[in-house]
Amino acid sequence: MSNTPYSTPAPSNGPVTDWATDYDVLDPGYVRDPYPVWDELRTGCPVAHSDRWGGSFMPTRYADVFAVAHDVEHFSSRDVGVVGGGGEVEGMPEIGLPPIDSDPPVHGWARRLILPWFSHNRVESYEQMTRELCNDLIDEIIANGHGDAAQGYAQRIPVRVISWMLGVPAELSDTFTEWVRDTLEFGHDLERSVPAWNAIATFFFAALEERKVNPGTDLVSDLIRAEVDGAPVPDIHILGTLALALVAGVDTTWSGIGSAMWHLATHDADRQRLVDEPELIPTAIEELLRAYSPVTMARVAASDTEIAGCPVKEGDKVLLSFAAANRDPAAFERADEVLIDRAQNRHIAFGVGIHRCAGSNLARMELRVAVETWLHRIPDFRLADGAEVTWAGGQVRGPRSVPVSFTMATTSPRPTPVPAATPVPAVSAVSAVSAVSA
Amino acid sequence: MKVHVDPELCQGHNRCYAIAPELFQVDDYGNATERGNGDVPVELEDKARLAVANCPEYAISIIESPESPESS
Repeated sequence: MSNTPYSTPAPSNGPVTDWATDYDVLDPGYVRDPYPVWDELRTGCPVAHSDRWGGSFMPTRYADVFAVAHDVEHFSSRDVGVVGGGGEVEGMPEIGLPPIDSDPPVHGWARRLILPWFSHNRVESYEQMTRELCNDLIDEIIANGHGDAAQGYAQRIPVRVISWMLGVPAELSDTFTEWVRDTLEFGHDLERSVPAWNAIATFFFAALEERKVNPGTDLVSDLIRAEVDGAPVPDIHILGTLALALVAGVDTTWSGIGSAMWHLATHDADRQRLVDEPELIPTAIEELLRAYSPVTMARVAASDTEIAGCPVKEGDKVLLSFAAANRDPAAFERADEVLIDRAQNRHIAFGVGIHRCAGSNLARMELRVAVETWLHRIPDFRLADGAEVTWAGGQVRGPRSVPVSFTMATTSPRPTPVPAATPVPAVSAVSAVSAVSA
Repeated sequence: MKVHVDPELCQGHNRCYAIAPELFQVDDYGNATERGNGDVPVELEDKARLAVANCPEYAISIIESPESPESS
């Protein structure tokens, strides 16, 4: 995986003294509370630079992040990893992650292969299953009388939905979760990330061979049946796309759900308002996505260019902190406040331009159903007394532990399940994609 | 009032469809288009403006021409 992230960890230079020239995206204080740093950079040095973790530039203004994300001519996606210099790492599997690390023209057809799996209609068909899953997890939490809204809830939802889409047993979810944490949260630690990437590649290689013999209605089988300009998609491409579906679809969404749960556990008025006005939840979800955008993606300068007047050389890495952009007061009124009824919200938590998160419909559905279901059944909850919230950051930011307490008397029993909660499986016809029309 | 989605700019965020499914439709690839010829009934004009204000790609435009009989 020579083009993928998580390579060449740079040694830390000790504590940061100047964020404009020496930021550290994994600094624990920054991971916990990055907002003051971004505010300072936007006014003082809107395109910061650091030599740490392989070296990178980091624009913090909405307009600049927006411009780089749209400028696919000057900024390649061939290495989207926030940490690492993009060099060869011994032992990494030789797969890419199309389409997230693809540039045009490959990007177009690689993306069209998977988009129908995340279409609005398709995602609706996963909703009932997601709701049942959330209720299963809440049953457990209510039975225990307490719980962790991150570890015991948020972290366990997206991985099970994606497992279903891939047609693999839900029992593998905990293994998947470990792999994804090792590749993203611990991407800078090669002792963890290299074996995890290999485990993912090995797993999907076996799945691919198995589905060739026993095709089903899952994403793996669909990609095997797919054609691009009349030819089958190469195995190595399918392998990379499957690895992406797992790695990009799990940590990101659980971090989003976790941040939403953390916010509601620490902001009583917002929690109560959503209990009283559940119809406001979709609007609130957009605001929570803006305020706590989980994902940062990188780009590599394809030629010497500039960002808002700051010169960037060919090969330089640029971090697109969608979270920093979404806190820019030039783009949002009261940008530093979380207003759960914010009606005008042009946030870019899912990125912007041709690489807009392909799974954004799925992530939004999971976020909404997770919050709706929890608030319906455990309306009166808060951060547990003395609880320590831990945050992960870097490529994906979100809380790793959100211990909560709740009033048992206000909890609701599980709603009567709607019969036949089987999601609509897969596609009925073979995907045929044209590289020309993409 | 009429709405129009620029297909060159739309990247399939589907925010318009979430806000105003009466005015927009999305295909399997996420591409949004205005329904019919884009006419916006008076009672949906606020929703149309919200869809414009929430599109991350600035892909939606509103054509206000109350004087023109063709646009009513």
